[in-house]
Amino acid sequence: MVQYNETRLDAAFAALSDATRRGVLEQLSRADASITDLAGKFHMTLTGMKKHVGVLERAALVTTEKAGRVRTCRLGMRALEEEAAWIERHRQLWSARFDALDKIVEHLKCKEKADARRKRR
Amino acid sequence: MPEGKEGNPAAMNRTAVERKADRELVVTRTFNAPAHIVFEAWSKPELFKRWWVPKSLGMSMLSCDMDVRTGGAYRFVFRHPAFDQPMAFFGTYREVTPHKRLVWTNEESDQGAVTTVTFEENAGKTLVTLHELYPTKAARDEALAGSAEGLPEQFAQLDELLAGRS
Repeated sequence: MVQYNETRLDAAFAALSDATRRGVLEQLSRADASITDLAGKFHMTLTGMKKHVGVLERAALVTTEKAGRVRTCRLGMRALEEEAAWIERHRQLWSARFDALDKIVEHLKCKEKADARRKRR
Repeated sequence: MPEGKEGNPAAMNRTAVERKADRELVVTRTFNAPAHIVFEAWSKPELFKRWWVPKSLGMSMLSCDMDVRTGGAYRFVFRHPAFDQPMAFFGTYREVTPHKRLVWTNEESDQGAVTTVTFEENAGKTLVTLHELYPTKAARDEALAGSAEGLPEQFAQLDELLAGRS
């Protein structure tokens, strides 16, 4: 599962200490946006917005993905939720398999013990 | 459920899943039996087919051909009620080291993973580590992607499976 360590939390709080970055998060909670969109909404240069997004990205609050020439930003929490859902799907498959395997292994073990006992007699 | 005398019994039968790096999946679980027994259940088709497709997946295994030796091939055919045609999964065993290690390819698509399973025995118990290495991050992220819809049903069947144990 996703680990929150102190470094990550420190980075998150540092990222949230800036009003523009909080605004960017609020904006992204409504819809994904490109860096160009965000720069326009916050009356900022592209370079300035890239820096802010970089800080949010390092704090795992935002993820970005480049498609062609456009870099799209979205809330990091959604990426974390997707990761958690992915892990849960795989955990269910493997738990089900391994629970079934556990039964068989247990059965084989009992059988081996019984065979050994029979031989000793 | 048989519980180990030492350690945390609840932790022992837990299946752990994690994503490692960008292209990997790692699953671990400890079984309460020596490695040769656990390995047997992975390498004999008549045993393997009893657990690889648990009832909770809603699928049935139509055939299970396994030539478990280095360079040998395997082919599993499943049927799922949602699909008209059976599905085949196949590949090659790259490495077979009895009671220790199995490596196989998944060749049904070019995005298939290479699966490595290791068996580590310690004090009569066996730690199984299954590692899947996908060709790309996207292939790993998409593995099982379509199965989300079936979850509630899977939960119910899993409960049934677990209830049957006690």
